[in-house]
Order: sequence, then C-alpha cells, then structure tokens
Amino acid sequence: MTRNSETGDDSDDAVPDGGVAESAAESRDRGGFSPVAALNRRFGGDFVESSQFWLPPFLLVALFVYGAIAWNFLISLTDFSGFGTPNYGDLDFEMYARALADGGFIEAAVNTFVLLLGFTLVTLGLGLGLAILIDRNIRFENTFRTIYLLPMSLSFVVTAQFWAWMFNFNNGVINIAITSLGLGRVDWIGNPDVVLWAVMFALMWQFAGYAMVVYLAGLRAIPDEHYEAAKVDGASTVRMYWRVIIPQLKGSSISASVVLMVFALKAFDFLYSLVGGYRPPNGADILATKMVREAYANLNWAYASAIAITLFLMTLGIVGPYLYYQYNRGNL
Amino acid sequence: MNDDTRPDGGTTEAKRPSATAGALSGVDGYRVLLYLGLLGVLGFFLVPIESGLVTSFKTSGGVGGSLPFAPPTSETFTVEKWRIAFDALGRGLVNSALYAIPATVISALLGSLAAYGITQSSWKPRYKAPVLALFVAGIFIPYQAVLVPLSQFWSTVPLGEWLGFLWALGISDDYTGIVELVVTHVAYGLPICTVLFRSYYKNMNEEMIEAARLDGASLRRIYRRIVLPLSGPMFAVVLIYQFTQIWNDLLFTLVLVQTESSPAAPVVLILAGLGESLEGQDFALRMAGAFIAALPTLAVYIAFGEEFAEGVAT
Repeated sequence: MTRNSETGDDSDDAVPDGGVAESAAESRDRGGFSPVAALNRRFGGDFVESSQFWLPPFLLVALFVYGAIAWNFLISLTDFSGFGTPNYGDLDFEMYARALADGGFIEAAVNTFVLLLGFTLVTLGLGLGLAILIDRNIRFENTFRTIYLLPMSLSFVVTAQFWAWMFNFNNGVINIAITSLGLGRVDWIGNPDVVLWAVMFALMWQFAGYAMVVYLAGLRAIPDEHYEAAKVDGASTVRMYWRVIIPQLKGSSISASVVLMVFALKAFDFLYSLVGGYRPPNGADILATKMVREAYANLNWAYASAIAITLFLMTLGIVGPYLYYQYNRGNL
Repeated sequence: MNDDTRPDGGTTEAKRPSATAGALSGVDGYRVLLYLGLLGVLGFFLVPIESGLVTSFKTSGGVGGSLPFAPPTSETFTVEKWRIAFDALGRGLVNSALYAIPATVISALLGSLAAYGITQSSWKPRYKAPVLALFVAGIFIPYQAVLVPLSQFWSTVPLGEWLGFLWALGISDDYTGIVELVVTHVAYGLPICTVLFRSYYKNMNEEMIEAARLDGASLRRIYRRIVLPLSGPMFAVVLIYQFTQIWNDLLFTLVLVQTESSPAAPVVLILAGLGESLEGQDFALRMAGAFIAALPTLAVYIAFGEEFAEGVAT
C-alpha cells in the first residue's frame, strides 16, 4: 500500500505537463522498467494515481468483509467449540451434516424463508399503496411522508420495546382492539403458531415507509404523459395504475425488495430485544438468531459458522442476481 | 395521479359531479376519503409510539389499570420511570456517542475518497465494475457471516496493550470495546457510504473536472479544490444515515462489548435488557428507556428528515 501511494505521488508530479509525461511514461514502459506505467497501461489511464483514493478503503472492506467470510468458511470446517483456538489441521463438512440433522436448524431455515417472503411482499404492497396515496397531489405531503418514514429511523431495540407492549397479552393495544371487535385475546408472543406473523407485522410497520420512499421516487420519474394517455384511452384509475403505472415501477420493486429481504435476514436485533436474550420466542427462531445463540451462548463456534455460511449463501442468492441485473443495466 | 388532472383541472372536476349525486360532495367525498385514508395510516404508524409515550409516564398501577393508549391521570402520573431509565442509560448514551460519532465521520470521509477514486478517474470501466461490485455486495452482507472471525480477530489483536496509556489514565480497559466498535463500524459502513457518494459523483458536472484535468491538476488537487467543496449535501445525507445506522445497531455491541454491566456498554445494549426481572416486565420503564435511547436519532431525523429519506432511497 505505502508503495502504491508513493508511486501515486510520483505521477502527481508528472501530470502537470500532461502529454509529455505520458509519452515519457510510455517510453519508460518500452524500456520495460516502470511498474506504474505498466499498471496504468493494463488497467487504463490513471489507475495508479486514483488508487490512493479507493485502494485503502477497498482493502479495509476486502479484509473485514471478504477476508472474514473466507475465514468464517474455514472455521466452519473445523470442530471449534468452547474456549481456546480453532484447530485448522482437521477440516471436514461435519458441521453442515450436523445442521441438516438438526431439527432446530431446519425450523429456523423455514422460519427465515417465511419471514423473508411474507415480510417483503406485505411491506412492498403497503409501501406501494402509501406511495400512490401520497402522490395524489395532497396537502401536507411532507408531514405525512415524514411520519410514515419515522419508524425507520428507530433502532430495532427501540421498536422491539414498543411492540412487546403492543402485543402484550393483558393490556396490549392489539388485544384490546380485537377484543373490542368481539374476538378473543391472542397470546401473540407466547403462541408459536402466531408469533412469526406478529414479528412480521411489527417489521412491516417499521419498513413500510422505506418501501414508500422508494416507490415515490419511481412514481415521480414516470412522465405525466403516461397518466394522460391512459386517461384519454378512458381507463379507470385502478386500471391505469394496474396496467400502465405499476409495470413501470419494476426497477423500484426490485431494489426495494432486495433491501427488505436483507433486512429480514438481519432481524436478529429485533428478536433479541423482544425477549432480552439469545433465545427468541418459540416459533420465531430464524437462522440469524440461531447462529448468534450457537456461537455466543453455547460456544459452538464451528457450528455457528456453518449456519452463518448458509445465511450468507441465502443472501448471495438474492444479491447476486440483483448485482448482475444492475450490471447489465450499466448501473455498476 | 392528480398530476394529470392539474393541466385540465376544471374539466375533470366539472365532469365528476355529474357522475355522482351531489354537485359538490362528489369531488369532496373523494378527497375526504383520501385524507381519511392518509390519517388512518398515520394512526397506524403513531399508535405504537403514542402508547409507548403515555405508558412511560404511568405508575405501575396505572400501566395495568388503564387503557394502554390513554394518557395517565393525575393519580397515575409519574416521571419516576424516566428518572430510573435515565440513571440506567445515561452512561450508555455517552458510550454510544463515543463510537458512533467517530465511526460516522471516518466512514463518510473514506467513502467519499473511495467513490471519487472509482468514479472521477479514467481507468477502464471493465476493471472498475468488479471493484464496485465488491463494494455494493458489501452493503448486503449479513453480519452473522463475519461474527465468529470478527471476535477471533479482535481477540488476537492486542489492542488493549496498544492503548495501555489510556488505562494508565484511569479509564476502564473495557473501553477497548469502544475502539473495536469504531474500526468495525467503519469497515462495514464503508460500502454503503461509497455507493451513496458514487451515485452523487456520477452526476457531478464533469466539464469543470475535465477542464481542471486539462490544466494539469492532479486527482488529489481536484478532490480538494472541486469535489470536496461540492460534496456538502451528500455528506449531510451520508452522515445522517450512517449515524442512525451505527447508533441503532445492537449486534456488534453485543459481540464486542458483551455485557450490559460493562462500564463501556452502549445504550442499545443496556436497553435490550432493561425492565426485565423475575417479577415480570416493567413496561413503563422499558418505554421510558426506549425513548431515551431513541432521542438522538429522533432529533437527527426530525431536523434532517429530507436527507434521511434521500439516504434510504438511494
């Protein structure tokens, strides 16, 4: 690194006499002796000079994100548990086999999947509805938008406190609302059959504003003529949105759903804070919570790493196609 | 939708009432329904916050004995829970600020540099794409996938010894965790900062930069004299977004500081275990604590809502 920034300084000095420096660099290169010129020729233009800006941050990310994932994979192949250090001499896929044989893992994987799909679809739907309402030339638009987005600025730890109270069995707002409709109380957190849906509802509350903001940007990018053309054709409002406007929001839907799915995979903070511990309510265990529990409560480091790799692959399955899509559209 | 009625405003409005019964109620009825819908949704978003707020001011008897969204009466009103919560969370607020502010500033600066080096330079796009893709993918990485190596890494790095001079001053060596949190949050916040700045620099006026390049200015000089001074609005967006994210995160604090009894415990970590006891849950205390922990991000959000919206939308 230091070497690169030094050479970067060199070309800093060389640039002021633009053309001359370049031909000088080229002739040096012909002599076959300048790594700077060689790198610049290989990667183009100011590769070396620009690297003083992007290379240090890039190395930091490479080390902490990608280096750590590789290391995590390595740990998942060991039998590392308890205190001490991992033994890298004995590598196998035992932990992955253990995961497949672990009913808790399968349950957590299924829950993750249900949460991912349910939460994303419901939040996208609500967000789109809100964006359409907000986009109808209303007064106090900013106030509405600000309040709809407000929960997004709160920590999962904070919203979990609110929702623990909302879902309280005896005196929570939700149960009071449904008993006033003549229905019986539901133990939202304690009943394993409903808790995942309750969590999904709370997360939707927190992120619908986000989906709304993304859709609103998409709606505002559609030219007015499209609305007018649909009107001239005599389409009803519902039909107009369904046939003309919503199909044009494909880009917004894709980016919003990728971000929402990733949020759902990370819902650990919420579930941890809901109960104040590593063990989420029965029926709401997801891979993110199981991984942290196996590692930091049970000290099964290698097993936790194997779960983490599964989670990472799930993310990759979502983000990989998204990146490819963005690359094809020239957004990278 | 009303974008299109605006141009021919009068005609559509004239047409509508004939379709419905009343001349005026046709138009108004539609708008009234629209605003009722908007207000209903507003209620949906505010109820959890409102019921939390009123509950935080109730005595324990008031919490169980009144509707959760009803304000406390004069008998059940108390600020006792806020006082207890503040005593418990006060040091956490300081600790959170100690890592959230430096990490926010550093990651925004590095993100700006990285985005500039990738965007406003002329090396081949073919090679830029993978570098950029690694940054973008970094945004979406579930932190679980790096946790075990991260704790291994920080237990290997003798950071506590390097910072020995601090502990000599009488500061608890638990604060090693705070320094670890700064570095960790910078590293994992960099991808989103870089991508946000990139979207801004991509649309920057290129003529000025081209002209500067033709005049022989180095990349470094262009950054200092042209790009950085023009980055103000994006810095606002990134700083606000990053601060909110870092302040709100629980997972890293849980792994790097671990216990809420530590003197270096951040506010989210203390809040996660607040109000839980063997006798049951003290919801008034939990609500008061939630508001105290959320206060800094709420203040930032209320003051800079536009920038926050821009940050999340990109």
